[in-house]
Amino acid sequence: MDETYDIIVMGTGLTECILSGLLSIEGKKVLHLDRNDYYGGDSASLNLTQLFRQFRGGEAPPAELGRDRDYNVDLIPKFMMANGELVKILVHTDVTRYLEFKQIAGSFVYRDGKIAKVPASEMEAVRSPLMGLFEKRRAKKFFEFVQNYKQEDPSTHGGIDIAVTPMQNVYEHFGLEAGTIDFIGHALALHLEDSYLNRPAFETFDRITLYMSSMARWGKSPYLYPLYGLGELPQGFARLSAIYGGTYMLDKKVDEIVYEDGKVVGVRSGDEIAKCSQVICDPSYAPEKVQKVDRVIRAICLLSGPIPNTENADSFQLIIPQNQVKRKNDIYVAGVSSSHNVCEKNHYLAIVSTIIETDNPQVEIQPGLDLLGPIVDMFIQIADISEPIQNGTTDQVFVSKSYDATSHFETVCDDVKDLYKRVTGNTLVLKQRPSQEEEQKEMAA
Amino acid sequence: MKPVQVKLVLLGEAAVGKSSLVLRFVNDEFQENKEPTIGAAFLTQKCRLEDKVIKFEIWDTAGQERFHSLAPMYYRNAQAAVIVYDVTKASSLVKAKSWVKELQRQANPNIVIALTGNKADLVSSGRSKSSSEDEDNQEGEENQDEEDEDHGVTREVPTEEASAYAQEAGLLFYETSAKNGQGVAEVFTEIAKKIPLEHVLSARGRGASSSSRVDLQTGGGLGGQQHKGVCAC
Ligand SMILES: Nc1nc2c(ncn2[C@@H]2O[C@H](COP(=O)(O)OP(=O)(O)OP(=O)(O)O)[C@@H](O)[C@H]2O)c(=O)[nH]1
Ligand SMILES: [Mg+2]
Repeated sequence: MDETYDIIVMGTGLTECILSGLLSIEGKKVLHLDRNDYYGGDSASLNLTQLFRQFRGGEAPPAELGRDRDYNVDLIPKFMMANGELVKILVHTDVTRYLEFKQIAGSFVYRDGKIAKVPASEMEAVRSPLMGLFEKRRAKKFFEFVQNYKQEDPSTHGGIDIAVTPMQNVYEHFGLEAGTIDFIGHALALHLEDSYLNRPAFETFDRITLYMSSMARWGKSPYLYPLYGLGELPQGFARLSAIYGGTYMLDKKVDEIVYEDGKVVGVRSGDEIAKCSQVICDPSYAPEKVQKVDRVIRAICLLSGPIPNTENADSFQLIIPQNQVKRKNDIYVAGVSSSHNVCEKNHYLAIVSTIIETDNPQVEIQPGLDLLGPIVDMFIQIADISEPIQNGTTDQVFVSKSYDATSHFETVCDDVKDLYKRVTGNTLVLKQRPSQEEEQKEMAA
Repeated sequence: MKPVQVKLVLLGEAAVGKSSLVLRFVNDEFQENKEPTIGAAFLTQKCRLEDKVIKFEIWDTAGQERFHSLAPMYYRNAQAAVIVYDVTKASSLVKAKSWVKELQRQANPNIVIALTGNKADLVSSGRSKSSSEDEDNQEGEENQDEEDEDHGVTREVPTEEASAYAQEAGLLFYETSAKNGQGVAEVFTEIAKKIPLEHVLSARGRGASSSSRVDLQTGGGLGGQQHKGVCAC
């Protein structure tokens, strides 16, 4: 460890691993450390032993749950938007060659005490109970407007400039009902609460477009998921980094970030010091440099079957919009199962999560838990969502944001790009990595 | 005959000759002072048998296990593993055994494992070794712990010991030399023979049906029509 590196990265969460990979490709000498003996930090997927170590003080998992190796239990509930940034990064870096992906089978929304499917095709839309006939016509007009709107072409604006007009006014313009607005804002645009109504509409238009184009890529739902759990993603990028020379050390305690004249010069572990000129780390490695912005509760639930009223979907997203349960923030339920190689074949996994609003968070997620059917076991996690206080350019210690309450990785990718810019001074431009065949040819030559 | 794809992973302590074995198998070459592996650590090579053609997708460690930091993703879904130790270094067999345990606990239950004692050329009986040549070899293995100092070229792992262990643990067993080629092709051919066809056919991934896999590179099969469909709700 007593060597000199360009950059030391601490924590092997997805954000850190993507950056480690990108910087190694560019020829930076990277040392990547993690205090845990497994990859992924907060974005790890745990086997049963690790899960019980973390939540039950090392109690042995009951034998009826099956084999350790069959479990890869995510700690955070997120899916990949099929047309989102993470997919682009995976394709450009060719990290896809290490991983396999499957679709999430369906997207559902809670409405008036019932679960309804978010339509994935015209047929499903026509039959959907979510709107009455006349409302469907109004909604159709709205979606056509969203689809055709081009900022540079005023003839598509119909008198509305979405760069300034609040979303609320756009909804009113189309005469949409409250239930439809809830559906569009929360189930399609994936807003977690309603403050967006007063912000310019372009933000929501972008989100609707991302949802629709993601849905259009493979159908069924806009989401993809890596076989063996989300923890495969950081591991894939860690391998990319290693292939380009990154050095990995797991199970390595970090005692101190060392500074000289207000700038980072290294990282100390025991009596070893690794020198560097920059550090990238997750909030847990620099707690004094972050502030708490929210708190989330996540209940990881082990189920004995698919959840009721989801057409026996082997995987799903279910959104409970805040208005439906008189809250400020939506409750999300994310479900996966053995068909994604994350648990033993007779079990299902669901994570119920929300941003905490009261002193009794477990009660807050009850509406979500009530929809799951019988719960075999439940592991509850309450976590701070933190972000760095400073941007890191002064002392060259760049801290990532915690994984937030959104259901996908778009904000993670925003943070990656933002960190990349601050670390290198350049805007991230993704270059296509040579294919495996090209690399092999090059090597033979 | 359409080749069947088989993911094969290499495991073993640093500098035992993992990359050299692949280089011998894929390019029939040997480099005396090979650098610790970084860079392209993923190669393919076909292996023709009477009844099948197997295309090995060979994963090398990219140095990730130098500090015991190899990711489980690495051996996930592997249908074959070559676990390498160095016949002149007893500690490397200990490490190899811990890999066997790890794979038997965590990897694909049908994985075919070959235990390989490499650098057999250094100890081949009947060949008197010139000490200068051996010293040269030593210098190529610098990313080692201090043990290396007195790491001579006497055999530290008797063939019988490793072979008995392999038999007990249900592994294929070979002594090889990436340097002179001894045993290298056999390791891969025997693995190819031993891989059960039914598992090869359902390649990659257990449990999951392949039908709903998506290939991110191809970008999805649905056109704009579907897109409009969603908008019509
Ligand atoms: N004499 C002899 N030397 C070998 C043999 N195989 C490898 N070497 C030498 O041993 C050293 C290490 O070989 P590598 O193939 O780089 O070992 P590795 O296991 O890939 O090492 P890492 O990538 O660092 O984990 C190199 O100097 C090779 O030339 C062999 O069969 N005989
Ligand atoms: Mg190597």
